[in-house]
Amino acid sequence: MKILVAIKQVPDTATQVKVGGDGKSIDTAGITWIVSPYDEYAVEEALRIKEKRGQGEVVAISLGPDRVREALRSCLAMGCDRAIHLNDAAWSAVDTLATARALAAVVTQEAPQLVLCGRQAIDDDMGAVTAQLAELLGWPCAYWIMEEAVDADGKTVRAARQVEGGLEVFDLPLPAVLAAQKGLNEPRYPTLKGIMGAKKKEIKDVKAADLGLGAEPAQLAVLGLEALPPRPPGRIIEGDVPSAVKELVRALREDAKAI
Amino acid sequence: MATISLSLTEEQRALRAGVVEICKRYPGEYWRDLDARREYPDKFVTELTQAGYLAALIPQDYGGAGLGIRDGGLILETINASGGNAAACHAQMYIMGTVLRHGSEAQKRQYLPKIATGELRLQAFGVTEPNSGSDTTKLQTTAVRRGDRYVVNGQKMFISRVLQSDLMLLLARTTPVDQVKRKTDGLSVFLIDIRHLEGLEVRPLRMMMNHSTNALFFDNMEIPAESLVGEEGRGFAYILDGMNAERILVASDSLGDARWFIEKAVAYSNQRVIFGRPIGANQGVQFAIAKAHIAIEAAQLMRDKAAALFDAGQPCGGEANMAKYLGAEAAWDAGNACIDCHGGYGYAEEYDVERKFRECRLYKTAPINNNLVLAYVGEHVLGLPRSY
Repeated sequence: MKILVAIKQVPDTATQVKVGGDGKSIDTAGITWIVSPYDEYAVEEALRIKEKRGQGEVVAISLGPDRVREALRSCLAMGCDRAIHLNDAAWSAVDTLATARALAAVVTQEAPQLVLCGRQAIDDDMGAVTAQLAELLGWPCAYWIMEEAVDADGKTVRAARQVEGGLEVFDLPLPAVLAAQKGLNEPRYPTLKGIMGAKKKEIKDVKAADLGLGAEPAQLAVLGLEALPPRPPGRIIEGDVPSAVKELVRALREDAKAI
Repeated sequence: MATISLSLTEEQRALRAGVVEICKRYPGEYWRDLDARREYPDKFVTELTQAGYLAALIPQDYGGAGLGIRDGGLILETINASGGNAAACHAQMYIMGTVLRHGSEAQKRQYLPKIATGELRLQAFGVTEPNSGSDTTKLQTTAVRRGDRYVVNGQKMFISRVLQSDLMLLLARTTPVDQVKRKTDGLSVFLIDIRHLEGLEVRPLRMMMNHSTNALFFDNMEIPAESLVGEEGRGFAYILDGMNAERILVASDSLGDARWFIEKAVAYSNQRVIFGRPIGANQGVQFAIAKAHIAIEAAQLMRDKAAALFDAGQPCGGEANMAKYLGAEAAWDAGNACIDCHGGYGYAEEYDVERKFRECRLYKTAPINNNLVLAYVGEHVLGLPRSY
C-alpha cells in the first residue's frame, strides 16, 4: 500500500516569532525549523500502517523553499522511503488552494491509496489544505483523526475523529485523505541509523512545469501581521486587608466589570 | 588538512534533534529521583543505546555509525544541555577506541558489533589506583602470565560503571618496573569479561553526585591470555592515545552543562523581579552570566579545534587537554553564576541547579585534574621544565 504524507516545515514551537520589516511576513532570521507537530503524527501513522501490513511505501511530500529539504530529510530519517520536494519560484507566494492544487497534481501522478496530513500547520493554523486537496481529488476526507484502521484488503479505512466528549467513527472507501490529531500516536524519533540511512534516500525536486502547472495568483493575500499588544502591568492594592479587599471588590466590579 | 566548521551540517542538526527528542522523555524529575537514590539511569541509557547514538564512533564495518569525534561530542553535549547527565554513558562511546586501534581483528569482530548494539556494555576503564592516581606508571596491579591465563592481583579506585558493564578495559603491570628500561614499559591492556568473574570484588562508593563509581579488588583473578590487547608491555602507549578522545568528549559534557546553566540563569534573571526590576538588570548578576557565556564560546572553539585535528588524524594532545580545561572551568563558572542568580532556589533540589552544579564539578578533577593539564601545557606545549 502506497501512502503519501504531506508535511509543512514551520518555526520551532519555542521560537519567539517577530514580524518582519514588510509587516506582512515573519522575520525568519535565526529561526529553527521543524516538521509541524501534527504532521509528525501523520508520518508516524503512515509508517505504522506500512509496518503492520509488512509492505508498502511511504512518500513524504512538502512545498516550500530550499530549507524544506531538511524537514523532508527528517521524515526520511524517521523511516519514510522517499520524498518529493515541490520547490519552484512559481510557488513563492502560494495560498492554501494553490498548495492543494500542486499536491493534487502529485497525488494524481503517484496514485497512493491514502494521503495523510496533520490537522493544521502550527504556524498559520489555517487547517485548509487537507480539505481542499480532498475536494480537488474528489476523495473522502476526515479531520482530527484519533484512531484509524485500514482493512486487510486495503479497500476501506475506519477512522475515528475527535468530537466534543467522544469519538465519531467513519468508514471511508480508499483512496481517502485523513488529517491527524494529537493523540493518534506517539511519533518516533529518528535513530542514528535512520539519520545515516536518510542520506542515501531520494528527495526528488519537482517544478511547477513538471506537474503541468503555471504560476497561480493567490486568492488569499496577507494584508498585515501584528504582534499581540503587550500585557498591561498588574496592579498591587496596598493597605490593610479589610480595606484592600473592599478596594479589590470595587475594582473588580466597577473598573474590570468582572463581577 | 583539519578545518573547523563554524556551523552544524544538516546531518549534525538532525543528530542533535534526535537526541533532544529522547532527552525530552527524561525531564528533571527523572534525574532528580535517581540522584536521590544514587541509581543508574538504566532506562535512559537503554533508549539512547537502542537508538544507536552510543555507537556513533564505531566504524560502519563493525555495526556503528562511523561518525567523527565532533559528532560524538555533539551527542553528549546535547544530553547535558538538556538537563541530563551524559557521564552515565559517555564511556560506552569511547573506551572501545583502544580495542579498535590496537585490538586484533578477531577481538574487533567478536566485540565491536555487540558493543554497537549495546548487547555488550564496555564502559568501565580500570586505570586509577589508590596509591598512584595520575602517576600511572607507578600502578601496582600486576598481571602474571600462567600458561593460557593471566593472574591479576591489586586494586583500583574510582572505576565507574563497573556494575553497569559486561566488559572492562584494565591496565596492569606485566613486567616489574625494575626490569624495564623505561617506567612506561611493561604495562599491558586487557579487555576482560567481568560477568561472574572470580577474584573480582566490586565495592560501590557513595559520591557527591550520582556517578556509579567503585573500588575494585583483584585477588588472584584469572583471565584468559587472549584478553590481552595488542602487545604485552605496550599498554601505556595504547592508553595514552585513547585519552585525547576522552578529553574531547568530556569537554563536550562540560559544554552541555555550561549551556544548560546559562539558559537557566538567563531565563530566571529576566523573570525574577526584586527591587522593582528583573535581577538580570543588575550588572553584578548580568556580567557573571555574560562572562561565563564568553568562556563557553571560547571553550567550544577549542573543543572544535581539537575535534577537527582528532578527526583528521593529526596530533591534538595540547588542544584536547586545553579543551577539557576550558570546558570544565566554563561549566564551573556558569554553574556559579546560575546558582548565584537563583539565590536560595539555586539550592532547592526541584530547580536541578544544585544537581547540575555537583555534576559539573567533576570535570575539573576527572578524568585528569586541571592542574595536570596546566603541567602538560607547560611542559609539552611550551617547553618549560617538568613541574611534577
